[in-house]
Amino acid sequence: MKLQNFDQFKNVIPFLTFQKIKDENIIVVSPVHLSFVMSFLKSHIGLQYSLLSCISGVDLLKKIYRFSVVYDLLSLTFNARLRIKVFVNETTSVDTVTNTFVNANWWEREVWDLFGIYFNKHPDLRRILTDYGFEGHPLRKDFPLSGFIELRYDETKKRVVVEPLEFAQEYRYFVYETPW
Amino acid sequence: MILKKKELNKELKKFTINFGPQHPAAHGVLRLVLELDGEVVERADPHIGLLHRGTEKLIEHKTYLQALPYFDRLDYVSMMAQEHTFSLAVEKLANISVSPRAQVIRVLFLEITRLLNHLLAVGCHAMDVGAMTPFLWAFEEREKLMEFYERVSGARMHAAYIRPGGVSADLPIGFLDDVFLFVKQFNTRLDEIEEMLTNNRIWKERLVDIGIVSAQRAVDWGFSGVMLRGSGIPWDLRKTQPYENYNNFNFVVPVGSKGDCYDRYLVRIEEMRESLKIMHQAIDIMPTGIIKSSNYKYVAPSRNEMKCSMEAMIHHFKLYSEGVVVPCGETYTATEAPKGEFGVYLISNGTEKPYRCKIKAPGFGHLQALNEMTRGHMIADVVTVIGTQDIVFGEIDR
Repeated sequence: MKLQNFDQFKNVIPFLTFQKIKDENIIVVSPVHLSFVMSFLKSHIGLQYSLLSCISGVDLLKKIYRFSVVYDLLSLTFNARLRIKVFVNETTSVDTVTNTFVNANWWEREVWDLFGIYFNKHPDLRRILTDYGFEGHPLRKDFPLSGFIELRYDETKKRVVVEPLEFAQEYRYFVYETPW
Repeated sequence: MILKKKELNKELKKFTINFGPQHPAAHGVLRLVLELDGEVVERADPHIGLLHRGTEKLIEHKTYLQALPYFDRLDYVSMMAQEHTFSLAVEKLANISVSPRAQVIRVLFLEITRLLNHLLAVGCHAMDVGAMTPFLWAFEEREKLMEFYERVSGARMHAAYIRPGGVSADLPIGFLDDVFLFVKQFNTRLDEIEEMLTNNRIWKERLVDIGIVSAQRAVDWGFSGVMLRGSGIPWDLRKTQPYENYNNFNFVVPVGSKGDCYDRYLVRIEEMRESLKIMHQAIDIMPTGIIKSSNYKYVAPSRNEMKCSMEAMIHHFKLYSEGVVVPCGETYTATEAPKGEFGVYLISNGTEKPYRCKIKAPGFGHLQALNEMTRGHMIADVVTVIGTQDIVFGEIDR
């Protein structure tokens, strides 16, 4: 059963909107219903989205809901993909899906690390990609590309020192007005 | 001296050791915190991110064409597979069609890339376990393959050859003849490697029944590629969700039965043989024609055309100053990279830079199962499991 028959699940899955971009199916779910929807999609015999490909965060700066968390599911049985989106802001959080998909663990840690989106009841929500003791969430749009600190080897102290970043010139962000 | 019995039965405390980040068997900068009970691994906690370069952030600040070379540098042993995925994602967003010749060239190079990757995977795995010779043989073959890279793109590794709209340059004269010569002799090289390993008693003792992953667990952990097929699930995106013109090629998908390290080794060897078949067919059917799309809003016109057409000149200038403007949209494009499903989740907001480019690296998903795969095994088996997962830190840490 592919997603053409999604209409019949409308009454079962509490999704907000259904979108089809090219051949990719996207549903938007409220954070409240996320864990239910995920376990439903995984265990329903007619869907069997049993493999979680990845979880990605997106920073939609200046929107009411600043972040979206995107789950990509794959159904091996029906050879179909489905994308689930959840919108949150800085103060709200998402429930973890680690109880449904074990491999959500690291993906959620990554989203937490890079975006600062908090996952409720996550078993082990540590930073994963950034350095030990790193501050800030680097993939947020208001985080500068260069970061805030720099590391360098100090010849006099004979060790690596951490210093606040100093620019000889302001970072230049070129925006081309495109006429075509 | 009389020892009290109570003291003799004193429980041994769990021993915690640091494996890496600078350890030759850790395949890069993996820091593993291993909790040991004697020599038996109780818990493995991988600490990653020591090679984090912020690729995704950098890509958001680059144009689409500038972003492409970053993909070579993710998994630096299967370079073209990744730039191909990114190119596919851009092509999907911008509706660019690719000419038949470019498609077959891509397939040819994707399979060369698969050989490159699997040779390193098997070779380094063998070396980690203790067999030095296959490693040297594999690297000799890799050198030949990287020469093919060099001949089309000028770079041995970071080719930036497959680009949105086609490939960057046509094949040089006599190239396919040399690929054919390579294909003809490579089966024998594989036989040699297999002779050294497949029935080798030590190799089997080290690999059989190590790191068993059942089919159910493989799906639970979101495995892909060899890790999934080694557990007996016949899932190959080249077959199930074909891209380019893979559906015109005749090849089989090898699967394992038990899901241990030995099965995955056999799957890798068998996949190399299948890649050879595909390469052979690609040489046979290589069509003639253009190698780039002629949609000049996305693909730069040829140098020749630029010299005599004002329009082409303007396009060239705009493409290399402003960059490609990709229409609004989003896509999750996944391909069967040698290591597994490599995905690019690309969001465009109608400007010349990607709004968000999430990279789904197969190794990231595999490494988090390391704890489960090594639990109850000896510390030496950790090395075997890392080897079988075919871990490369460029893609995991991004």
